[in-house]
Amino acid sequence: MAREGEWVRVERTPAFKQLIASKKAFIIPALIFFLIFYFGLPVLTGFTTILNASAIGPVSWAYVYAFAQFIMTWTLLHLYVSQANKWDVLVDQARVQAAKAGEEG
Amino acid sequence: MATEDIIALSFFAGVIALTLVITYWASKRNTGASSHYVAGGQIKGWQNGLAISGDYLSAASFLGIAGAIALSGFSGFYLSIGFLVAYLVVLLLVAEPLRNLGKYTLADMLTTRFNAKGVRATSALNTITISTFYMIAQLVGAGALIGLLLPFIPPTLAIILVGILMTFYVVVGGMVATTWIQIVKAVLLIAATIALTIGVLAQFSFNPIAVFSEVQSSVGQEAMVPPPPSFAEGIDTVSLFLALVLGTAGLPHILIRFLTVPDAQAARSSIVWATWIIGGFYLLTPIVGYGATLLVGRDAISSQDPSGNVAAPQLAETLGGPAFLGFIAAVAFATIVAVVAGLVISASGAFAHDFYNNVIRNGEASEQEQFRAARIASGAVAVGSIILALAFQDVNVAFLVALAFGIAASANVPVILLTIFWKKFNTVGAITGMLTGLISAVGLTILGPNVLGDAAIYPLSQPPAIFSVPLGFLGCYLGTLFGGKDAEREMAEGKQVSYDEIFVRANTGITNIEEELKEAAQEPSRN
Repeated sequence: MAREGEWVRVERTPAFKQLIASKKAFIIPALIFFLIFYFGLPVLTGFTTILNASAIGPVSWAYVYAFAQFIMTWTLLHLYVSQANKWDVLVDQARVQAAKAGEEG
Repeated sequence: MATEDIIALSFFAGVIALTLVITYWASKRNTGASSHYVAGGQIKGWQNGLAISGDYLSAASFLGIAGAIALSGFSGFYLSIGFLVAYLVVLLLVAEPLRNLGKYTLADMLTTRFNAKGVRATSALNTITISTFYMIAQLVGAGALIGLLLPFIPPTLAIILVGILMTFYVVVGGMVATTWIQIVKAVLLIAATIALTIGVLAQFSFNPIAVFSEVQSSVGQEAMVPPPPSFAEGIDTVSLFLALVLGTAGLPHILIRFLTVPDAQAARSSIVWATWIIGGFYLLTPIVGYGATLLVGRDAISSQDPSGNVAAPQLAETLGGPAFLGFIAAVAFATIVAVVAGLVISASGAFAHDFYNNVIRNGEASEQEQFRAARIASGAVAVGSIILALAFQDVNVAFLVALAFGIAASANVPVILLTIFWKKFNTVGAITGMLTGLISAVGLTILGPNVLGDAAIYPLSQPPAIFSVPLGFLGCYLGTLFGGKDAEREMAEGKQVSYDEIFVRANTGITNIEEELKEAAQEPSRN
């Protein structure tokens, strides 16, 4: 079970714990936000008519909401990538810390 | 032969010649199983981003959405939104863990955790089912398209022609050729869409709002707003949105694209490229769709094809005559061929790598044997899908694609997510969940109005994801709870690896842990 031990060793490093905490802190709120925002459209258009009014001349609020989904997707995409680039550093640190723990233990 | 036909044909010939040159060049690099399935994992991020866009912008996107917007207005745009936002699910939850755990196929990822033939075989069955529905849709679409644009080629011949071409690309060129054909085709498709958009906007002094105004005054306000609400309509719309947003994360031919890049950064950058390209494309669909409404006319569109599948080519003909029509038709043709080639790779990977090598041969087939099996399977899958497409010629194309999304969302997504995120998940749960999702998605569709018509037992016409996705998750949960030994006992028996390993691997991308730790120890204190 030596191999098993090494995975656990990585899992116990401060860097890995920080990685998981940081991922959760970003991904869970982002996921909840975009799912609510996304399903808001079919719920509002499928059950109500409140998006039928005009927003900009002929363009209805339904279209405005739909275009906002594009902006949301691109924004979250770039927020995610800038976070993920920081996570790569933590992965490297976790490797080094686990290797040290292995030498000492 | 009329001049128009000659112009159209020469565009076709040009596109086909280009793809054949790519295939010839790629064939020298298609030297083993790894290059055949995943291009040796050596595709760059931006290349892969274009290739994902190519895989994704299928005939349904290019032809279907424009037609839907042209004929039914706002609700046609639902597909654009769902297809795009789906990338957030892929990005946030699936892409990196999949890359970190997988090798050639989706089943590889699942069996990194579960050492069971049942898991692999069931996953391969899902992949083949989903890819087949998707493939039949593309081939039938090709037949209809070519039949309408080049009336001297009958649909049956068109299907066979596309089938033969894609088989050639895949068997000879493998994933390298398929990827490059996708890249070229993505560029052509985007150029074609931009050209159509400019052509439309030029008629309205480059003011997009004026296009909307004109549609509003000529067709009426109903073209600008969703269909009137009702309870059934609401449930159906939510169900469609669910199938679209989760389906992408379960489509095998999209997921294996993340295995063609060398590392997590490249996987990420390919999603950034893909999301911008795909989003930009979909943002133009209302202009193309409404442009067709105004310049071609709804009657002319629906009299040519009731589902509006040729609205975009008809618009091209109105705007630029036979030369533009020929160009758009050639691009649409390349689109179909390229998407089908990607599907053949994923389906043949499931056959050759999962069934033949790992289930039948216990993973002992040599690299050469696997490569041969992959090529034979590619040919077999292609022939099978041509025959099925000929049999299903009259089935609605959009229905088949939506069904593929519904199955992917129900049968693959729960098992993928729980493999990555649920510590207690076990083998029986994985198999039960996949089968429950598959059977409920296909079953409810067969019981629905698309197949049974007025005799339908299930009343709604969109993919039944709103029921089948929860059933897929429930199957995973109940199977895990009642069906087998718990995760720790399976681990002790060697039927699954420890969740610690999966958790660390999925989050870090470490694979050869002993070597990587040794290397890390030798590096000067980077801590």
